[in-house]
Amino acid sequence: MNKHIVVIGGGTAGMEAAGQLAQAGFAVSLVEKEKETGGHLNDWYKLFPDRRNSSEVRDYLKNKVSSKNIEILTGTYIEKLHSNKDGFLLSTRDGTELKADAIVVATGFDLFKSSRKEEYGYGIYDNVITSKDLEAMFSKGEITLNNGNSPKMIGFVHCVGSRDEKVGNFYCSKLCCVTAVKQAIEVREHLPESRVFCFYMDMRMGGAHYEELYREAQEAWGVNFIRGKVSEISESINNKLVVKIEDTLAGRPLKIELDMMVLMAGMEMSEGGSKIAEQTGLKTGENRFFSPEDHHYANNISNIKGIFYAGTCTAPMNITETISHARSAVSEVINYFNNSRA
Amino acid sequence: MDKFGFTISKGRQIDWEANNREIVDFIIEREPSLKSCIECGGCSATCTTGNFTSFSLREIHILLKRGENEPVRDIIKHCMLCGKCSLVCPRGVNTRNVVFLARQAFKKYDSYAV
Repeated sequence: MNKHIVVIGGGTAGMEAAGQLAQAGFAVSLVEKEKETGGHLNDWYKLFPDRRNSSEVRDYLKNKVSSKNIEILTGTYIEKLHSNKDGFLLSTRDGTELKADAIVVATGFDLFKSSRKEEYGYGIYDNVITSKDLEAMFSKGEITLNNGNSPKMIGFVHCVGSRDEKVGNFYCSKLCCVTAVKQAIEVREHLPESRVFCFYMDMRMGGAHYEELYREAQEAWGVNFIRGKVSEISESINNKLVVKIEDTLAGRPLKIELDMMVLMAGMEMSEGGSKIAEQTGLKTGENRFFSPEDHHYANNISNIKGIFYAGTCTAPMNITETISHARSAVSEVINYFNNSRA
Repeated sequence: MDKFGFTISKGRQIDWEANNREIVDFIIEREPSLKSCIECGGCSATCTTGNFTSFSLREIHILLKRGENEPVRDIIKHCMLCGKCSLVCPRGVNTRNVVFLARQAFKKYDSYAV
């Protein structure tokens, strides 16, 4: 089989797809815009729900793509994508031309830019950070305020940029709840004297072992869960973050002062993915993610023959789902060539 | 002179810093299962007392957790300790004991003496 496949995006989905394609005997070019493959996994220290080190999954993926059948192009992205009677012709920003018999789009997601929710003060108040910033602190092994002190009262705002019509995102990013619970536990572990609060609209603990983690956060770590959407965060004269929320279970407004607030940024269609959609006419949904041919049984198939989807470019997914989705994309690619030969 | 009838309304805001959570701390220390409550309201729905009065264990729990102890002090006496709530709790909270301990806690802390 001398077919050549271009995989666009070198995150979890792209790496898994490239690895599986190579195993199936295809020649693969994996294109990644960053200097390194790994995608968002590179920004995460530990993974939910078992809090394993993310490097274990990164190592698995790196090993997966270390095949002679895979050519990895990093630090570049696809600028042009044309289809012709022989397949596809792609060119990268640095001028490399790639021919492809099929394409796997694995452009993933971007984290919601939390500064867009101005009322939460990201980029305005020093001690309002994002879930990604907190992971960087975990990697370093210390959680500190801007002035170097340890925070004592730490909050998490769920649904930042998710389920929010005001920022154009109706959908649930579905990973932020469990990430908040994981990070809340980790904060309590790092800072045993701290008090931690999760401000949530609904606790969406739909994945395997998520509910168990939630329960552990309550029972073993004393994390406080307050139901309501944070309306605004302001800073007091003594540098505390004053949070206003309706405690919807008490049916009363609530005010609380915190040292640090973590915003659980949601997932959005990546900029790179949107550009490709615009250029190629690949269909996108109301949520701006790529819209596969059928959400139940053709979840990897696009509206353009020979182009397939893998991973979070179609919807928010966790790593388990992303890897499964990438594998099923590969099986669709195999079917595609088997059928076109017949 | 006419009285205009202006009054000053008491704030409804729960002030985390100002409030005192010693009652709930007392309960949780002795009945840690309360920490697993997810505010589903199963206990309140099955409660006979709750069907005839404004007694709601779910609401009482949230008020105590926020340190809003005052409204709980009297209503906690309404419970008949039948324990039906314990039977329905999906998280296995020993709700009956929570009420029992709440009454003890209110007795213990003078400012809320029952």
